[in-house]
Amino acid sequence: METKVKGTDTLIEEISSLPGGERIRLCIQCGTCSASCPNANRMDYTPRKLIAMARAGMREEVLSSNSMWLCASCYLCTVRCPREIKITDIMHALECLSVRENMSSARTLTPTMYRSFSDFVYSIGSVPEPSFMILFYLLTNPLRALRMIPMALSLLTHGRLSIKAKRLKPEAEKQLKAILDKADELGGI
Amino acid sequence: MRYYTYFPGCSSSHGGAKAYGMSIQAVAKVLDVELIELENWNCCGSTPYTSVDELASLCSSGRNLALAEEKGLDLVTPCSACYVILSRTNSYLKEYPELRAKVDEALAAGGLEYYGTVKVRHLLDVFVNDIGFDEISAKVIKKLDDLSVAPYYGCQVVRPGPTFDDPEAPQSLDRLIESLGAKATDFPLKARCCGGSLIISEEDLALGLIRKLLDSAASNGAECIATVCPLCQTNLDVYQGNVNKKFKTNFKLPILFFTQLMGLAFGIDGKTLGLEKCIVPADRVLAKYVEI
Repeated sequence: METKVKGTDTLIEEISSLPGGERIRLCIQCGTCSASCPNANRMDYTPRKLIAMARAGMREEVLSSNSMWLCASCYLCTVRCPREIKITDIMHALECLSVRENMSSARTLTPTMYRSFSDFVYSIGSVPEPSFMILFYLLTNPLRALRMIPMALSLLTHGRLSIKAKRLKPEAEKQLKAILDKADELGGI
Repeated sequence: MRYYTYFPGCSSSHGGAKAYGMSIQAVAKVLDVELIELENWNCCGSTPYTSVDELASLCSSGRNLALAEEKGLDLVTPCSACYVILSRTNSYLKEYPELRAKVDEALAAGGLEYYGTVKVRHLLDVFVNDIGFDEISAKVIKKLDDLSVAPYYGCQVVRPGPTFDDPEAPQSLDRLIESLGAKATDFPLKARCCGGSLIISEEDLALGLIRKLLDSAASNGAECIATVCPLCQTNLDVYQGNVNKKFKTNFKLPILFFTQLMGLAFGIDGKTLGLEKCIVPADRVLAKYVEI
């Protein structure tokens, strides 16, 4: 994991140096991103505001907000931005930074959901839907899992629930793990 | 015969969208397309992984690209979410040499090398642009006359791009539906978001998005919706009941993979196409037009 000391860079410098973040300083605050975003109304700060706050150095407020976790990666802001800023990629970068610094918003379950999903990719190279959902519910709200039982049964009777996970051949699994361990050692992008 | 390396993705191979995988193989056979599954592929890299550990996600994606490169064919995936991630890895590795050096080093730890030559394609692109509407029309033996289909593209098949179609007002699926004899309805929200995986962590928010899509399709006279992505199909089909419950609506729109519609028009039976896997039953609507 990266050992960037908190506060050595301003947030805006950090984002600018990440792939996809280089054009953030060109933002003209037109708000096209916020107007295009299907989920902006539920965000602590709209995408336009989030960029303004990042530029103003409001590191903690930005990284602990729920905004980027409500981004559904629909890329509408990205294709519409008149300054060609890769806003969706910046949202992903903010998510990674917030995870790395343990600042993920507690007001959304998305960080836990993404973490559960990623754990499966890391450990077996694929995502078995039932196990992933069960892990997610155990980590968040086991009672909610009960509410999901009718849906699970419906999926099962329609032949859409595989109990057995897809596994890579052992040597392929080993290869993937060697690659991902190396990536971890390299400390992020 | 046309040959491609095939990347099914978790959902269409072992997950909830098996019907997509089944119908793809059946339709490909009719069109003389050989989809050769990439051996030992792993998760595409995925948006969730990108959002917690970007380098690891790029490396996971890079492994697939390196394996595909050895085959020397275009890499085709039917999943829009896999498509966007694999394409993004490709363009990131070209654009950012420092990042590329890290991914190269990680891949080398697994004895792999990636030179950046793989072309990542969505299955819709292959059918529309390599096979073409004329060839597809020529295979139709049961015209889906008058069946009104809302063409649903979703997001990641056309954005961020550039891809094979317009990022906001795409047409390729509309024309494909029409080449089967069916009618592509107006569908103003055809390239808008279904909520993706946020249906799991932010169900209320995603149900609102799904409702808007169903409403846009139904109010334009659609009898069913055709999708090009396992995630979109799952959200609109499996969660349609939850939408009805939450918003007191009464949607009964079957959500079909575009390959299931193609298969029906090609005279393939419903079972082979996995039609019985639809949660919102499709047979009543389809039976009006075609023997299943």
